Amino acid sequence: MSLLEVNNLTISFGGLRAVDGFQLQIKKGQLYGLIGPNGAGKTTVFNLLTGVYKPNEGIVKLDGQDITGLRTIEINKAGIARTFQNIRLFKELTVLDNVKVGLHNHYHYNTIEGILRLPRYHRVEREMNERAMELLKVFGLDNEADFLASNLPYGKQRKLEIARALATNPKLLLLDEPAAGMNPNETGELMDMIRFVRDEFQMTVLLIEHDMKLVSGICEELTVLNFGRVLTQGETATVLNDPQVITAYLGED
Amino acid sequence: MKNLKLNKIRNHDFITYLMVLIAFLIAGILSVTGQMSSLMEGLLVPLCIYVMLAISLNLTVGILGELSLGHAGFMCVGAFSGAFFSKCLDGAIPDGLRFFIALLIGAAVAGMFGILIGIPVLRLKGDYLAIVTLAFGEIIKNLVNVLYIGRDEDGFHFSMKDSISLNLKPEGEVIINGAQGITGTPNDSSFLIGAILIFISLIIILNLIHSRDGRAIMSIRDNRIAAESVGINITKYKLMAFSISAAIAGVAGVLYAHNLSTLTASPKNFGYNMSIMILVFVVLGGIGNIRGSIIAAVILTLLPELLRGLSDYRMLIYAVVLIAMMLFNWSPGAIEWKERMKEQYFSKFPFRKDDKNMKKEVK
Repeated sequence: MSLLEVNNLTISFGGLRAVDGFQLQIKKGQLYGLIGPNGAGKTTVFNLLTGVYKPNEGIVKLDGQDITGLRTIEINKAGIARTFQNIRLFKELTVLDNVKVGLHNHYHYNTIEGILRLPRYHRVEREMNERAMELLKVFGLDNEADFLASNLPYGKQRKLEIARALATNPKLLLLDEPAAGMNPNETGELMDMIRFVRDEFQMTVLLIEHDMKLVSGICEELTVLNFGRVLTQGETATVLNDPQVITAYLGED
Repeated sequence: MKNLKLNKIRNHDFITYLMVLIAFLIAGILSVTGQMSSLMEGLLVPLCIYVMLAISLNLTVGILGELSLGHAGFMCVGAFSGAFFSKCLDGAIPDGLRFFIALLIGAAVAGMFGILIGIPVLRLKGDYLAIVTLAFGEIIKNLVNVLYIGRDEDGFHFSMKDSISLNLKPEGEVIINGAQGITGTPNDSSFLIGAILIFISLIIILNLIHSRDGRAIMSIRDNRIAAESVGINITKYKLMAFSISAAIAGVAGVLYAHNLSTLTASPKNFGYNMSIMILVFVVLGGIGNIRGSIIAAVILTLLPELLRGLSDYRMLIYAVVLIAMMLFNWSPGAIEWKERMKEQYFSKFPFRKDDKNMKKEVK
């Protein structure tokens, strides 16, 4: 059974059908790529999947549960976490606290216990620190745990965003251009990391990317979007050699 | 690594508590031994009130990241509800207990207003929120000015017109008399109580900031969209910060009401100027810097009084100090200089724990 099932997803902004009849099936544990020229509607699809926009039509099912039109918070609780095209970290919080915000809904004590520093506060905070440090270690950020997030170099900020998303313990991870602004070395490292995340956390990953090296390197299947519509879908090698796709990217001669 | 971080937070908060304690002891000793002028002595309770207002507004402005210009409104609500309660039950229950309950009532009513106003207002952002909170502060003040409440054997009577239309029986008593406010509130406030309340407010705010809820509040401030994407309930945490901030302002209001024999809502004490003054404390002390707010509130409250001898030049110097403090706190050059001094200072006087350990090893 598919983990994510999207059917006939449509949204219009005024007269523009930004996403039109979008459909997608992702199996559990898959590394799936969503590609397309600029303005094709890729990020809009992400925003529809995470409840930032409400679709005009269509159904989104996660693990059999209908999550169409739910609010962002509820969708996150249902199991979708994401990163952003332009990094959105909690800049004035430490690296550790960024991850701990991600853990927010999985560790509980109430406000009074927090203010009075009752035993549960100390116990839960200790557990949160341990879990957050584990995650930071995976991404090689454990030595920077005390830094303000805004003081991290660019590549590490991207990693921290992924760590924070994983902290919410999602079933599906959406990465919006994770390699944007990275040099080839960092991109290579990122590819290893995404694979590692999939294997280590049994994660399913849907990613938007322009870097074809990354896409062909790690994605098992692809969907190509053009002008809001699905151009083609299928295995990576087949899709990338599809003349339609090449035309969409390079234009006709 | 992580222990180091927790220790750092604890030390930072500890210094704040210690600073307040030392300031309290010095002021207390001066006051008890009679070294303090009666003018200064009269300033001690207002000082506590301003400090509480400043740190509570910093929770809204610095930690939640929303600009509120109506903080004096919450203080007003707290002052009148607390004073109303005290007036009603004066003599019926022991004074200490009555004042304690009055403080709780002030906090609860102001906090409730915080929630009521927060629900519509916190949907707005930036300038809009500032304007609406500004309006709220003015509305509260004006409402209280036309509110008449009296009591006789039939119970309470309300009116928005005048005290005659309350239709009280001859032996009845007007409790809130419109623009004349509440007269004869018992004088329960003292410097000691004020200091204790500052400590309690500090514990609430500082511990809140370093808890799970505080992180959620600050994550909203730093990036609302990202906070939503990791499942933070924006409305809940905005309301939480806003209402706690309002409740502490309410307590400050109760303290204020019980420091005067007559409580009226004039533009001077609960108006727009007051809200702005509290905001000035917060901005000068450093947005999000609780310790800074305390220092700024103390300096800017004492300064006009200390400069009284200079008569005409008083406000001029006050303004110059404002500008100087602003530059010292916020100009990039000054920030750099402070960092440098801190480094030098710490390397010259090795009294830090780890330095001590190093010395031991050398031995």
